[in-house]
Amino acid sequence: MIAIVDYGMGNVASVKTAFQNLGYQVTITDDIEELQHASHIILPGVGSFKAAVEEIRQRQLLEALQQLATEKPFLGICLGMQLLFERGYENGESDGLAIIPGTVEQIETDYLLPHIGWNQLQVALDDDEWNQFEGNHVYFVHTYQAVSESKYLVATTDYGTTIPAIVQKGNVYGMQFHPEKSSEVGVQLLKKFMELTT
Amino acid sequence: MIAKRIIPCLDVKEGKVVKGTNFVGLRELGDPVEMAARYSEAGADEIIFLDISATNEGRQTMVDIVRETATNVFVPFTVGGGVRSIDDVNRLLKAGADKVGMNSAAVKNPELITESSERFGAQCTVVAIDAKRVGDKWHVMTHGGSKDTGIDALEWAKEAEARGAGELLLTSVDTDGVKDGFDLSLTEAVVRAVRIPVIASGGVGQPEHFPEVFNQTDVSAGLAASIFHENTFTMKQVKDSCIQQGVNVREA
Repeated sequence: MIAIVDYGMGNVASVKTAFQNLGYQVTITDDIEELQHASHIILPGVGSFKAAVEEIRQRQLLEALQQLATEKPFLGICLGMQLLFERGYENGESDGLAIIPGTVEQIETDYLLPHIGWNQLQVALDDDEWNQFEGNHVYFVHTYQAVSESKYLVATTDYGTTIPAIVQKGNVYGMQFHPEKSSEVGVQLLKKFMELTT
Repeated sequence: MIAKRIIPCLDVKEGKVVKGTNFVGLRELGDPVEMAARYSEAGADEIIFLDISATNEGRQTMVDIVRETATNVFVPFTVGGGVRSIDDVNRLLKAGADKVGMNSAAVKNPELITESSERFGAQCTVVAIDAKRVGDKWHVMTHGGSKDTGIDALEWAKEAEARGAGELLLTSVDTDGVKDGFDLSLTEAVVRAVRIPVIASGGVGQPEHFPEVFNQTDVSAGLAASIFHENTFTMKQVKDSCIQQGVNVREA
């Protein structure tokens, strides 16, 4: 059973259906016990970093999520990926889950913000598991980006600056784009995450 | 490099996709969810639903359509038309819309843009602007392009951006329905006035009209309705035409 963390930040119907279409059972929950029984944890999210962290704290999920990330395959999507880092600077500074070293800062580019639309993955690892996605388009919508060490980068995208697109530390993955909105490529990326962690 | 987006628009009235925007002789074309799914499979980069329902029942039906679309369509989708209040925005986002477009209500009450952006984020706050050439300016039109507000469209675009809009959906009332191509001068003027993505709309009759607007302006996306309906042209024909003209698109 895959558990999608429900903390009131954005609609997760598409994420749920995407995994269901891949043949997995999915639950959407903020119940710690249910999360502990899940095989995989998905942390979605749309909105601001600060609001998300506050919501997670209010539901007393912060420590539970940090603990789960040490035990189970864990995937953060969009804002959920950003929360994996130590600190965010959206609407003032706030602490993240600190699962992957790094910060979340406003994108510095000459291009338009938000970064909205289909952009191409550039695979940063020389890894057969990920090389097949080189050049594929996925759907981004964000104004802030992760700033982290290159060893955690699986793939990046170019938007006048290099933006981390897929990050990984051990069993914890993050995708800055929306795989559930990235058509067939997105489905294949979710499948890849499941294959690598199952 | 980020791809230029091709966006089919579905006009939805009382739960059905209809053809024609002039409210006369509307013809039903099919089920919105099925059509959106078909377009997304064909390579549409995004879908826009424009709710032109006249009744409360129709608008409630739209919420159900949004909910069903969210579980059947795996590209982003926007819902506009009939969005009057922050509660309407909330309802559509909760049902699963990625973005909500506001038009006349935002002109009447610009605070709606600010509130939506602060509560839900710029990324899901789309301001739709219907503009018409008046002398050497463009005016903002409301009520389906029939009422001249006298507001300068470029000033309004800037205000929408300043209030937190994440994107502008720009329709030229002059070229809409003419099928002779996008309004290049209006599009270029608005793109130059703001620093947020702009979607051009109104005037597509041929696939070549997309590469034309992408090559002649810095617009981020182009929208069309009628050429995609009834298979006049396919998404692939449009994208191929873009690729031939050197426009970076996501291949269909």
